[in-house]
Amino acid sequence: MFHSLGKYILLLRLSFRKPEKFSVYWAEVMREMVSVGVGSLGIISIISVFIGAATTIQVAFQLSSPLVPRSIAGSIARDSTILEFSPTISSLVLAGRVGSSMASQIGTMRVTEQIDALEIMGVNAPGYLISPKIIAGVTMFPILVIASIALGIFGGWLACVVSGDVSPADYLSGVHEGFEGLTIRVAIVKAIVFGFIITSICAYQGFYTSGGALEVGQSATRGVVYSCVMVLFADLVITRLML
Amino acid sequence: MIEIKGITKTFGDNDVLRGISAKFKPGKNNLIIGGSGSGKTTLLKCIVGLHEPTKGDVIFDGENFTQMNFEQRVPIRTHIGMLFQNSALFDSMTVEENIMFPLNLFTDRTHAEKLDRANFCLERVNLKGKNKLYPSELSGGMKKRVGIARAISMQPKYLFVDEPNSGLDPKTSILIDELINELTEEYQITTVIVTHDMNSVMGIGDHIIFLHQGKKWWEGTKDEIAHTDNKELNDFVFASKFMRAAKARL
Repeated sequence: MFHSLGKYILLLRLSFRKPEKFSVYWAEVMREMVSVGVGSLGIISIISVFIGAATTIQVAFQLSSPLVPRSIAGSIARDSTILEFSPTISSLVLAGRVGSSMASQIGTMRVTEQIDALEIMGVNAPGYLISPKIIAGVTMFPILVIASIALGIFGGWLACVVSGDVSPADYLSGVHEGFEGLTIRVAIVKAIVFGFIITSICAYQGFYTSGGALEVGQSATRGVVYSCVMVLFADLVITRLML
Repeated sequence: MIEIKGITKTFGDNDVLRGISAKFKPGKNNLIIGGSGSGKTTLLKCIVGLHEPTKGDVIFDGENFTQMNFEQRVPIRTHIGMLFQNSALFDSMTVEENIMFPLNLFTDRTHAEKLDRANFCLERVNLKGKNKLYPSELSGGMKKRVGIARAISMQPKYLFVDEPNSGLDPKTSILIDELINELTEEYQITTVIVTHDMNSVMGIGDHIIFLHQGKKWWEGTKDEIAHTDNKELNDFVFASKFMRAAKARL
């Protein structure tokens, strides 16, 4: 375990060495940002709307007492979405979508000697392959999480309109009531950390793949599993530290 | 000139290379031959720095490559071109982008100049007009030629080639051998080729090193190989009936 941790840290250090040519790396960062950000927007939108809707209906069901104002459903759905569902569930989904793709892409490059070809040319392969992915992860995850929060809250409103469990006006009033900026800060910090964890762990797994197609698949699976576990651990730590 | 001194490479308990020393002839085709598992590819990877030798040194023009760190190696690496066994073209890039990739990273040429160079290299390997194809759209022989075009794009002093004929039909193999030979002579490149293809050995082997059990077992030219009495080399080179018959006719 310590051996792997050491290799991971050394790989990260190599990844952030001075680039051979900034313009080439910049183009690669942009390409990765489009892939991670735009490429994930569809799945994030779908899960966010549904999670927001389901959360609102469940909260409305649990708080059916006449003593509790109906607007509380909006407040609880909002805080749950901002603090937990959007950053954590989105990141777990992104680990599957983005992380596995990164691990298998780099792993395939390893087993087909494309990484060797980079090294022969004098290119810092970890820097060229991994740093753009990490930069894309830590910049695009927060944007995706903010979009996810907005869509989650919209999903809750939609559930109110369709189901009528809570009136849309009560829901929106609850969403506005007692809003604290800290929750958004926590969500953004989580998104940045999760983005780093997922991209770096999956890239590490891909980079040290050896063998063939079977091992590439195993690396992708390991990358997703390890990054999901680390995301949940980091979620707990950040929540404990910031709230 | 490339010189290797006492190269030893061990993986766990397995001694793959055992103290190999040799000098590769400048401007010539230097072939490393040997049976499967004899350490040919490992030796090549030690020379180019993809593997670190357990012991020994690799010297490029008097500079000890083995002792250098990553940054110190970069200027030497820009003089190295390599063709991999499976070509190792970047899947996400077109043929043209593959060839321009090292130029983008290590030169300050304008886009037009880089494009000119890529077109020249493609023309040189008889693939004019294939610029916009992706590696997945190319045949095995075309991939090898694009690999060669990428390897020569930086006008290398040293060309390393790993199994250039693997997976190719005999005719295409000969075309690839001829192309490598022409480039070696034309640009006076020091070419190191790992192969077990006897057509290559007898066709372009200016200087041949035979590896056996991780050691340098024999060294000579293609003319000398036919008359050697080295048992292991004879067993390897003249393993087929056809080659034995060809030897008998000599």
